[in-house]
Amino acid sequence: MTPSRRDFLKGTGLLVVSIGMDPLRLAALQGPSPGPYPDPDFRQLDSWIVVREDNTATFFVGKTDLGQGTGTAFRQIMSDELDMPYDRTSVVMGSTDVTVDQGGSGGSDALQTDGWPMRRVAAEARRVLVELAAVKFGVPAGELTVRDGVVSVASDPSRRVTYGELLGGKRFNVTLSGDDVNSTTGRAKVKPVQDLRIVGQSPRRDDIPPKVDGTLTWAVDVTVPGMVHARNVKPPVAGATVAGIDESPVRNLPGFIKVVRKGNYVAVVCEREEQAIRAARQLKVSWQRPAAAPFPTSDDLFRYMRSATPTWSSTPVVIGRPDAALAAAATVIEAEYEVPFQGHTAIGPAHAMADPSNDQLTIYSNDMKSYGLRNGVARFLDMPRDRVRVVWKEGPQAYGRTAADDAGFEAAFLAKEVGRPVRVQWTRQEETAWDTKGPAYVVRMRGGLDGQGNLVALEYEARAADHNHLGYNEHDTVLIAQLTGMRRSTPARGSAAAPSEMYVVPNRRVAGHVVGLPLVWETPLRTGNLRDPNGPQVTFASESFIDELAAAAGADPVAFRLKLLTASTEDDSGFKRARSIAVVKAAAEAYGWDPRPSPSRAAPSGDILTGRGFAYSYRSQTVVAQIAEVEVHRQTGHVWVKRLVCAHDCGLVVNPEALRRTIECGMLHSLSRALHEEVRFDAEKVTSVDWVSHPTLTHADTPAQIDVVLVNGDPKPDRPDLPHYGAGEAVCKPVLAAVANAIFDATGVRIRRVPFRDARVLAALRAART
Amino acid sequence: MRNLTLTVNGRRHAVDVDPSTPLLYVLRNDLGLTGPRFGCGLGQCGACTVIIRGQAVRSCIRTAGSVQGADITTLEGLAKDGVLHPLQQAWIDEQVPQCGFCQNGQILTAKVLLDRNPSPTDADIRQAMAGTLCRCMTYYRIQAAIKRAAKEMA
Repeated sequence: MTPSRRDFLKGTGLLVVSIGMDPLRLAALQGPSPGPYPDPDFRQLDSWIVVREDNTATFFVGKTDLGQGTGTAFRQIMSDELDMPYDRTSVVMGSTDVTVDQGGSGGSDALQTDGWPMRRVAAEARRVLVELAAVKFGVPAGELTVRDGVVSVASDPSRRVTYGELLGGKRFNVTLSGDDVNSTTGRAKVKPVQDLRIVGQSPRRDDIPPKVDGTLTWAVDVTVPGMVHARNVKPPVAGATVAGIDESPVRNLPGFIKVVRKGNYVAVVCEREEQAIRAARQLKVSWQRPAAAPFPTSDDLFRYMRSATPTWSSTPVVIGRPDAALAAAATVIEAEYEVPFQGHTAIGPAHAMADPSNDQLTIYSNDMKSYGLRNGVARFLDMPRDRVRVVWKEGPQAYGRTAADDAGFEAAFLAKEVGRPVRVQWTRQEETAWDTKGPAYVVRMRGGLDGQGNLVALEYEARAADHNHLGYNEHDTVLIAQLTGMRRSTPARGSAAAPSEMYVVPNRRVAGHVVGLPLVWETPLRTGNLRDPNGPQVTFASESFIDELAAAAGADPVAFRLKLLTASTEDDSGFKRARSIAVVKAAAEAYGWDPRPSPSRAAPSGDILTGRGFAYSYRSQTVVAQIAEVEVHRQTGHVWVKRLVCAHDCGLVVNPEALRRTIECGMLHSLSRALHEEVRFDAEKVTSVDWVSHPTLTHADTPAQIDVVLVNGDPKPDRPDLPHYGAGEAVCKPVLAAVANAIFDATGVRIRRVPFRDARVLAALRAART
Repeated sequence: MRNLTLTVNGRRHAVDVDPSTPLLYVLRNDLGLTGPRFGCGLGQCGACTVIIRGQAVRSCIRTAGSVQGADITTLEGLAKDGVLHPLQQAWIDEQVPQCGFCQNGQILTAKVLLDRNPSPTDADIRQAMAGTLCRCMTYYRIQAAIKRAAKEMA
């Protein structure tokens, strides 16, 4: 069945960018083109930029925008380099047959890494257009000026021509160079920061109006004629195998099409969505429980992790002589910190739609790595890569390796099985139980202070439950691959990450171990990247412990940190030390930090105890310092974070307002992890499966005040080559420790186990009273 | 055969569905109104919210058959004569959404709040909105947008 062009356009909302577009690109966008779908060549300028006769431009970039406004930022940097007014440009992102493969999103590197080829190709387009104008006017290019997409002769501004007129609806036909997409370049140089006019402004995001008036077509909304609906039937307990299926309860249901089963993967396909839901409930699958328990219970997790034999251990990084220094220290303290498994638990469960028309596969997905999904599906289904394409559409938050990967493969598999376009939609319980998890951590810290309260030795030893950490869109580890029996010979090693701070401590040891759970495959406790994959866990331990050391030294927590940061002038190429010092000071100033040791020992106001806590970290080159102010209720243990402050240095800021919101929301995401989130399980299944059993931050928890300070702590703040670093994930790191430190400041009680739910805090307060 | 009649955003629609079908799927799959979204199917998150008789109703757990004859308002029905509702405009002015998937429920729940209480306090807003979840955690800006819209509508 071939959908009409009109239906397709209606379904995908792509018409808006297709007006006046290059005919070849237009054809590709209008699908379902018969295929094949070869990769756009990143060495062709036309793959990146289309300039039309009406002097508008569209940029094609191989990234996705998860709602942080990166698409807007791409438009800003490219419009700026091209010298086109922002409102005459548009951007198309992340659809594998029309945008170059920049890998989609991940690692908060959109501007830090992918922004550079975007700037260079836009600068090259400007150079080529100015050359065309030079020929047209018969003057050297140096005698031309460009403003807002119009080239004019400097000495005679009446001689002018638009970019659109220069190209006359034709292509650039300019070949670029570069060994890979990140190094793509033409001959033009990018502009110095001082010449950027759109960068640094805050144009409003284009994606917001259709998100608030209901007109946006999301991945979850795409329909094509003949599309049918699928629901998975997941194993009720981890590691269960299908012993048999009785189709009789569903065979005569209205709309029933097919039960699809391969190995332990089971799905039902029906004409209508509610029919598929009903059939999935009524299908009788006999499951065989596994012989051994797949994992310990969540209550027993940390004991298990401490006693398990590691599947991998790092070679410890040792500076100085930590053992001797600890033996000689005036004061030695140690502490252990625990962070449970935490999930993505997207607000919209995983989904995708795959259309097998014309013996090709088109997958509509919100997966942030659309290219990886295309490559993985092609391999999984043994199809030529150029017969598979992924059309990226907006979706519920996808901060890392989410089940969007899994759903994309499932839709593709089912579409091939059924021979019709299939939309698969996970349930809430399926999403919350089976989505990939951020690994649980147990961290042991030890530190020694000399007689003057100087930190002379620091040890960090982490255990992370991260064996078989899943990559993105791997054809042999996505859930359907596991359930259908594929096995990678060696599971991924996983990692136990080290703290990221610039403290100078003369004697240090950093060690990490990965531990595995008994069930390695087909388990809901599968780990994958969750927004700043290890940062919140690691920084909870490391920055809580720095606070414990400051308290033991009787020092102000900010002054204690600044002393550790300023003890050296050694630095790296990104001036991370100088910038760390700058953000720590900026956060303290924005908050109005009054130097004193913790705890506060202030008299409580009724049952409310108030305190403030500090934490700092960096990710890649981006440095953040945060302060949480809390109210702790003595009788209930309830913690309200009343105020959050974040000082943030990501170098050159492209869109300050979009950045502020990304920082606010990223901090609150980690606040949710600090206060509420924990994956709970008995010895055979995840038991936190919905918003009651798996609570999240709500409107009621929202701080009354959030202050964001954008810092440029570069020692040469006006340098023309100031880099734009990644912005988002760094802010997720310090929040848990800042809140724990604030609770300590308020109450004198240290909480070393995440999340800080009321009952846990109350129990700690009561234990301290007795 | 059209066995069910629904009035949505002032228009009557005849549809042929099992009356026990959750309203959400009829709105999305039969009427093409995709403002309401599937988030949990349990009435816990609010992503599927519609307004019926002045109430914020979770369309994922309300059957289509039970709302025949009622006036149903979805996100698509909030704008009047091409002009956005002040809440929608405030959402744009505050640049509220991140991914935006939950914002249907946020906006419609806020509308029900302001229809009942045109000048809510911070505590009123927190309480009224507490059951409408956002996993990008745009709560701070949502609350600012509600206050902005309340001022605009006063």
